[in-house]
Amino acid sequence: MPGRLHPGAWWLWALALGTAASRTTNPWLLLLALAVAGYVVAARRSGEPWADSYKVFLRFGLVAIAFRLGFHALLGGYGGTHVVFTLPRIPLPDWAQGIRLGGPVTAEGLVASFYDGLRLAVLLGCIGAANALANPKRLLRILPAALYEVSVAVVVGLTVAPQLVASVKQVRRARALRGDTKRRARAILVPVVTDALDRALALAAAMDSRGYGRRGPAHRLTGALVLVGLLGACLGLYALLDGRSPVLVSGPILVLGLGLAVGGLVLGGRRVTRSRYRPDTWGWREYGVVLSGLLAIVGVYAFPTGLTPSVVPLAMPGLPALPALGVLCALAPAWLSPRSTR
Amino acid sequence: MIDFESVTVTYPDAPGPTIENVDLHVPEGELCLLAGRTGSGKSTLLKCVNGLVPHFTGGELTGRVTVAGRDTRLFPPRELADLVGYVGQDPVSGFVTDHVEDELAYSMESLGLANPVMRKRVEETIDLLGLADLRHRPLAQLSGGQQQRVAIGAALTAHPRVLVLDEPTSALDPGAAEEVLAALHRLVHDLGVTVLLAEHRLERVVQYADRVVLLPSGLAGAPGEVLAESEVAPPVVRLGAVLGWASRPVSIRDARRLARTTPVPPPGSHLPAPSGVRPAGFSTKDRPQDSSVAATPGDGASFPAGRSVRPAEPQAPLLTVTGAALRYRDTTALAGVDLTLARGERLAIMGRNGAGKSSLLWGIQGTGDLDAGTVTVDGEHPRALKAARRRKLAGLVPQQPTDLLYLETVAEECAQADLESGAAPGTCRTLLDRLAPGLPDALHPRDASEGQRLSLVLAIALTASPALLLLDEPTRGLDYPGKTALATLLADLSAQGHGIIVTTHDVEFVAEYATRVVVLADGEIVADGPTAEVVTASPVFAPQVSKILPGYLTVESVATALAQGSP
Repeated sequence: MPGRLHPGAWWLWALALGTAASRTTNPWLLLLALAVAGYVVAARRSGEPWADSYKVFLRFGLVAIAFRLGFHALLGGYGGTHVVFTLPRIPLPDWAQGIRLGGPVTAEGLVASFYDGLRLAVLLGCIGAANALANPKRLLRILPAALYEVSVAVVVGLTVAPQLVASVKQVRRARALRGDTKRRARAILVPVVTDALDRALALAAAMDSRGYGRRGPAHRLTGALVLVGLLGACLGLYALLDGRSPVLVSGPILVLGLGLAVGGLVLGGRRVTRSRYRPDTWGWREYGVVLSGLLAIVGVYAFPTGLTPSVVPLAMPGLPALPALGVLCALAPAWLSPRSTR
Repeated sequence: MIDFESVTVTYPDAPGPTIENVDLHVPEGELCLLAGRTGSGKSTLLKCVNGLVPHFTGGELTGRVTVAGRDTRLFPPRELADLVGYVGQDPVSGFVTDHVEDELAYSMESLGLANPVMRKRVEETIDLLGLADLRHRPLAQLSGGQQQRVAIGAALTAHPRVLVLDEPTSALDPGAAEEVLAALHRLVHDLGVTVLLAEHRLERVVQYADRVVLLPSGLAGAPGEVLAESEVAPPVVRLGAVLGWASRPVSIRDARRLARTTPVPPPGSHLPAPSGVRPAGFSTKDRPQDSSVAATPGDGASFPAGRSVRPAEPQAPLLTVTGAALRYRDTTALAGVDLTLARGERLAIMGRNGAGKSSLLWGIQGTGDLDAGTVTVDGEHPRALKAARRRKLAGLVPQQPTDLLYLETVAEECAQADLESGAAPGTCRTLLDRLAPGLPDALHPRDASEGQRLSLVLAIALTASPALLLLDEPTRGLDYPGKTALATLLADLSAQGHGIIVTTHDVEFVAEYATRVVVLADGEIVADGPTAEVVTASPVFAPQVSKILPGYLTVESVATALAQGSP
């Protein structure tokens, strides 16, 4: 549809930016990637309920950093000489040798685990950006027809989830009217769950009335073919990339799996009589957006100096110029992609 | 087009059939209206048309339902999708996609239509329903009336020959309801679509209907004749009965012609004047509304006397709101609202969907947020208090009363309410018995009818004996007798000195209940005054009776005037 970018392009761009970020622990580079994603989201997100998911994922990121720091403090793992504080050590039985609980916490360790946590947070931020920019429901529309039923289940789940959050807020507010502000699980859960069930039933009834699933459901066999095929393909790919199992084993698994999956999709697609309204098209804007993401990867992979700042001994990390330039290229969609109509 | 042959539907575990022995025949191109009290099986009958009953809901259907010759026994809903468009009670819960255009196309995608056909039909529907400005908008950002029109459009794109609608205007403000009904009118007249719809607000719909079917009796015929026999009838039909007209008009225009031939005493002359001479106009603020006097012939008759004592003693207002303001992100909910309310006053707040009515109620109660402004109830600031103390000042019945209920039986809910309010055991139950006598202790609140649940939540709110009572759209699921009962009850409470504020879209209810009306628009008060003055100022807000007999608001006031005019 004109006025919006192909959702696949947004996902590829976000995944590319995430891939670039996953290669480095340089905090400046990571923060730059996060800022790039945030700027593009602010410039190009739509007015849909999903458009707020970037913030939610950023919060997840903060939680990830906190967890990483907490676990490090508890379990240790990095060396270093600058002890910041010492936790009481908990003695463990013999069979748990090699694991320690508590003990000294070093500045080096804290910084290293902060870098690690930050990297995870940036990855989450990239996924959040993809969610905010491309509605996951629209991404499901481009799935092959045979997977239609799976995608419908996902769509229903995606619809109910934000409604649940709204419902919890609404019920909590209503509870306050009864003078009971304690977060009693039962008082919240009963109205929320009954409400969610009612809504799910209403949605199912509406879909049925509007012709969903006409001419019977897709054959069970095609579903099984596709799932087994995809599983096989995953296993084969893993074995191939792992490099430890012989290619003679992993190759045929991959080929067989892909064959099954494609066969199932073709077979199932024939039975489904759905059509698609104004399918998303792939044009020069989409290529441009994906290319800008790929440039970020190139910048990081081609110039690997300064990507992992030294932790032992502690040093102030610098910002490597060329990888930073690559990451900055990913800003292009803020101008390349069409402004969403509100 | 639609044929029911002695259809009986019984749901599992139900004590009896929901609809029994219904014979119905709706010819092609007709607009047929289903009327009946709450729980008379209107929704069930509608769901039979496209096979949702019994294919989706379960239960047992005997008899035969055919649509254009297709038997719903053999065709499940999805196989009837090209023939019957169904729009449920809450359009939002039926939306499958996030965008207006995608939503319009969904049925056609399911039917497997070719892309050029879909493009053409979407454009047609957009023009037909006036959706051009909305086509790229996310559904979540639309107002209630817009959402309802999109839902109708989404059903229409499949080119069904039958359109089934369950209460399409109940949740809408008068303006939005007109929009939706105008669109329906056009479908019937221009495209020859057969429309079957159920609605509580008959006064909005009945003039468009070719035929009315009354449930549970199944009586069908011309609107005026059928409704004259019914418990649920719009004011215009009841006025015809009171004035003894030979024909039963359902449109304001026909009724006005007949009214010219009927002598009715001029308004105001029938009222005994307790304090000096009263002019015919409705300008004195503290005068009890004549309608409420007449609406409560029984024990209610005592409170006009009770009220006439009150205005003599000057009182500090029960509620004072100054400069209430609230913003959500980029929308202004309230933009500096000033409001006072005296004890014993019954205020109605009206205004478009999204005008800030609910925000104001929640802000007054203190549980909702306010960015600026002060609220004083009985000399205290509810927002500064704890939730338990707050509800003793102001009780609020939210738009979805069920949000408050979480226990398995009515008795448990009542006991819990007594506990929460620190009231003597049995207080809530006594209140409930006064509001809705005979509600069984062991009943699950979710199995109760809409009106009974409202009574239960109202009783829970009243257990704390708040001086101020706030109700957010309480009339949504109520039929005419239910609304009259609520109006009587609220009049009783105000006579005891409670101040009451109700938000509503229902002008007929306002005419029956309110002493004063405030109209909100974009978070500001645009009109504030006695009911008769405010509602008759705009044709959108005017009740039917005032359009036929200027000066009167309700059928009951006309009846009283007649009785006193010709002793």
